[in-house]
Amino acid sequence: MKNILEFLENTAPKFGGKTAFADETESLSFEKLLALSKAGGSLLAGRGIYRQPVAVFMDKAPRTIAAFFAVMYAGCCYVPLERSMPRHRLRMILQRLEPQAIICDEASAGLASELGWGDKLIPCAELFAAEVNEEALAGIRAKCIDTDPAYIVFTSGSTGVPKGVTACHRSVIDYANALCPVIGAAEDSRFAMQVPLYVDACMKEVLSVIKCGSTAFLMQQSLFMSPLRVLDFLNRHEINTVCWVASALTLVSGLGAFEEGRPEYLRTVCFGSEVFPVKQLHLWQRACPGARFINLYGPTEATGMSFYFVVDRDFAEGEPIPVGRPFDNTDFLLLREDDTEAPAGETGEICIRGTAVSLGYFDDPERTAAVFTQNPLNSHYPETIYRTGDLGRLNERGELVFISRKDSQIKNMGHRIELGEIESCACLCEGVESACCLFIKEKSKLYLYYMGTADEKSVQRRLRAELPRYMVPSGLYRMDTLPLLPNGKIDRNSLMNMER
Amino acid sequence: MDEILEILNGLGLDADFEHCTSLVDDGILASLDIVSIIAELSDVFDITIPARDIVPENFNSAEAMLNMVNRLLDE
Repeated sequence: MKNILEFLENTAPKFGGKTAFADETESLSFEKLLALSKAGGSLLAGRGIYRQPVAVFMDKAPRTIAAFFAVMYAGCCYVPLERSMPRHRLRMILQRLEPQAIICDEASAGLASELGWGDKLIPCAELFAAEVNEEALAGIRAKCIDTDPAYIVFTSGSTGVPKGVTACHRSVIDYANALCPVIGAAEDSRFAMQVPLYVDACMKEVLSVIKCGSTAFLMQQSLFMSPLRVLDFLNRHEINTVCWVASALTLVSGLGAFEEGRPEYLRTVCFGSEVFPVKQLHLWQRACPGARFINLYGPTEATGMSFYFVVDRDFAEGEPIPVGRPFDNTDFLLLREDDTEAPAGETGEICIRGTAVSLGYFDDPERTAAVFTQNPLNSHYPETIYRTGDLGRLNERGELVFISRKDSQIKNMGHRIELGEIESCACLCEGVESACCLFIKEKSKLYLYYMGTADEKSVQRRLRAELPRYMVPSGLYRMDTLPLLPNGKIDRNSLMNMER
Repeated sequence: MDEILEILNGLGLDADFEHCTSLVDDGILASLDIVSIIAELSDVFDITIPARDIVPENFNSAEAMLNMVNRLLDE
């Protein structure tokens, strides 16, 4: 197998009229999905658009996924974009890509024109209405190899300039093969898709559907306005599997939804992208006593998720939930500052090796070379590892535990401090839902921002009691919500820029 | 009503909170704003807003929020 589309080509005849992707207004069966994808691919091929990035600038909808596949049918790689992304970011991405084609829906066409790309637009209605040209598609496929890029997903860079992570078919196929057994994806799996389509996190559902014949229901972000409507969505569509960012799960459990109802069908709850507070995990476990809970961890640069941990024991509040072990056919190294391997139990940078490691950042050799490097433990032949910038260590059970970002490890008054530790301690306080600790180097001071109802003084008192003196933040700021990045992670940069 | 308008104006959004009746439907308030408003309303009025009341209809206008608060204060 060398192309992701083969998954769909295998499942489409088998599942035919069964729903592949649906939202409240549209439902795409497997055969319809395949037909639209081929039609779109034929149109692009007819216009000579080949082996280049094609932007898919559409709202979250089933047909947007068909547009992704259409781009791949044309032998191109897709770049998912959405109206909700900040304008300056869209502008920078389009400038970097210079796409010859931008597939848009009615909702996005105006903005794309406004950004100056009106002459490159292909309305999706036109795309999907095209005649299928089997011969052209077969010709394209025959020349595809599995190291050709499948998609480019842009992630935020620490400098503010987005990085286009480019993943090839082989990496995505490898990810699908490893992921599906772990999350138990099968014909009868019914997913509720929370994440946007412009992050690679959505591949969990997309790949499960096309590989295993599952069904995925797309959720609009507005649904999360009401925790009970989220519950209703889960029960109405008989959702048995969710892969959500931790903050989405917290929004439901933290606002008291389980006092009024519970998800009736859930059997697998995957959480990831950030630390899931044990307090919230317990609320979900009580609401879904029969479900499996799985912590997923991995950087976009290593294609989707790289590690998993099936929650198999009780965790105390404040105790870290391990990220566990790597997916099949993925290996990792824990490297110390001097590029030697960290001994068991010691902290090192989590570095990933394997087919899942992506091709690098699009049109950005400098930043690619900084983190996609030769394996320093292998001097015999070229072997690329990805340096995540995340620090981890193995616990006494041999499970990988995420500690913090490499760049948030700080020294204060000569003491080595992990900001994550201060954050998890703050989360132990009654009335603290989530927290983010910052270190301002110039002032050698720690600041803690937290979301919740607890007042600053009581949190400060608790931290004083729990932490060594040098780890207690000098300033605490209660916020109603912490600023989040589109992927749901806390936006540390924006907190850094706040007035104190 | 003044307390509610103060909370809404404190969100840093550009909207006519006094007259708008589709704050949620028009996407002016996002789910994170709702979390924020809930926390403030709970604080200012010393109420607990149950999950069943966290629906767009109760947050579409300042008046709807006031009605909800008054009802919860009566209960």
